[in-house]
Amino acid sequence: MSNEPTSADLTVHDGEHALPERFEDPGLGPHVARVGDTDPAAAKRSERQVVAMFGLSVLGTVGFLVAYFVVPADGTVEGVRLSNLLLGLGLFLAMFSIGIAAVHWAKTLMSDHERVEARHPQRSDAATREAAVAVLQEGAKDSGIGRRGVLKGAVVSAVALAPLSIAVPLIGEVGGDWNVSKFRHTVWTKGRKLARDPNGTPIKASEVTVGSVFHVIPEGLEEEEHWIEEKAKAVVLMVRLDPAVLKEAPERKDWSYEGIVAYSKICTHVGCPVALYEQQTHHLLCPCHQSTFDMADGAKVVFGPANRALPQLPITVDDEGYLVAQSDFHEPIGPSYWERLK
Amino acid sequence: MKAIAARRHHRFAPAVLLALALLLTGAVYAALAPSAASAAAPSESDIEAGEALFQANCATCHGPSAEGRDGVPSLIGVGAAAVDFQVSTGRMPMQMNGPQAMAKPPQLDEEQTRQLAAYVASLAPGPAIPTAEQVDTTDADPANGMAVFRTNCAMCHGAIGKGGALSEGKFAPDLSGSTPTQVYEAMLTGPQSMPVFNEANLSPEDKRDVIAFLEEQQAGSPGGTDLGAVGPVAEGLWVWVVGIGLLIGLSVWIGAKSS
Repeated sequence: MSNEPTSADLTVHDGEHALPERFEDPGLGPHVARVGDTDPAAAKRSERQVVAMFGLSVLGTVGFLVAYFVVPADGTVEGVRLSNLLLGLGLFLAMFSIGIAAVHWAKTLMSDHERVEARHPQRSDAATREAAVAVLQEGAKDSGIGRRGVLKGAVVSAVALAPLSIAVPLIGEVGGDWNVSKFRHTVWTKGRKLARDPNGTPIKASEVTVGSVFHVIPEGLEEEEHWIEEKAKAVVLMVRLDPAVLKEAPERKDWSYEGIVAYSKICTHVGCPVALYEQQTHHLLCPCHQSTFDMADGAKVVFGPANRALPQLPITVDDEGYLVAQSDFHEPIGPSYWERLK
Repeated sequence: MKAIAARRHHRFAPAVLLALALLLTGAVYAALAPSAASAAAPSESDIEAGEALFQANCATCHGPSAEGRDGVPSLIGVGAAAVDFQVSTGRMPMQMNGPQAMAKPPQLDEEQTRQLAAYVASLAPGPAIPTAEQVDTTDADPANGMAVFRTNCAMCHGAIGKGGALSEGKFAPDLSGSTPTQVYEAMLTGPQSMPVFNEANLSPEDKRDVIAFLEEQQAGSPGGTDLGAVGPVAEGLWVWVVGIGLLIGLSVWIGAKSS
């Protein structure tokens, strides 16, 4: 085989086959008659089909009404399900059958001859245009806007300022909350007890056995102002790990208590609650985008799109053996944001 | 016999007969009924039978004295609850290695499971199999169960306990086929990837409420099919493939010329 191009590979543009300057509108093709146009039996059949579809719709409506009166939603799961199913089927048959009947009727029985309606020119004729300009000019002259300068200034000012009553509140609402520091802090403070989510009872260190997982909120959370927002920032996941597998950075040695570690439950990727804790691997999986954190190794990212470890809550125990926070988190919780420094 | 017959009209005869009948009933009951004591504390013979079953079915992996080895957990101190959960759901004895032990038809019958649990419980104290009262949901509060389930369980098992995916081929199983005892045992012992929810974390009442919440889900969805109740993936697939597909099909039909 040779790689030389042969004449068959080349498209020849000679004078005869050159592309035209402008394609002609090919217009409509020849009209093709439908079976029903020539065969009365076929037309009759189509008619019967359309009638059957409308009939189906009537049946659907009757079925809906029967279901409404005979099968009331009695409050049990089975009753509500059956009622929903029958009402839905009836409604579907009633509406959908009308739709397909109308389309089938139009397609098979109504005229299908193609018609062309050319657009009329949009430009008005010269006399109309001149008359319109004359009316405008007369109006401007009558208002005297050309010679009354103060009036002109007043109307321009009023019209220009009026939108401010819409724009100022709109922009004001957008810019109403510039308190960025609230993203840096949660309600955790020194000595605040760790409590169970959702019932709010404090947790003793002795209750957290190896392999356990506790979903934690600050004690007395519901007394906070905007407590749901505060909960969204302060939720913590706490586990107790075998000291043999727990790796801790030297500066964080005293942030845990006998293998009990507490980390923010808010993913550093986009802020989903990370709570799928796999006890055997100590991995914590985020259900949204599969970021995976190693609870035994500072909650560092081992898989997925998150790029920072979960912030750790320093904890200790009080005199009665209850777990308490040593302080707030030492870094902002949750995903990155503009003002976050790192 | 003549002497007895002569005294059958004695005025103490009914009392004596009644006393004899009561004694007889008591003796028959004691001989036939399973005593509460033997159910709570398994006999030596149960433990021996359990050890034989252990050596035959479990010792290959868990070791002859249940000490475990690398990658296989020790069974000392896991308690009867862990054995009953793993064996009654068919997860153990394990059929093959994989991301996690799969549930399958139980390999040992109830009696053998009880004996095996008795043997493992005799090695060291551990969580016991919950009693019938502990899993009785007659007075339970399913609303509290829902709150507890939502915080502690729903992230893995899904909003109504139909299961969900974990990492690397592991998954949280569907809970609709689990018995109340198995659900209780799983919370108590934390099988495989699942963490432990001890009695101090979720109180026995909380656990009972969770079971009641799961029982309420057995009635199904009032809105019709729930598409597996596994969340937006199944629902999105249905809408985008079936729903949009139907719309496209109808559009093509409306636009096509009739023959």
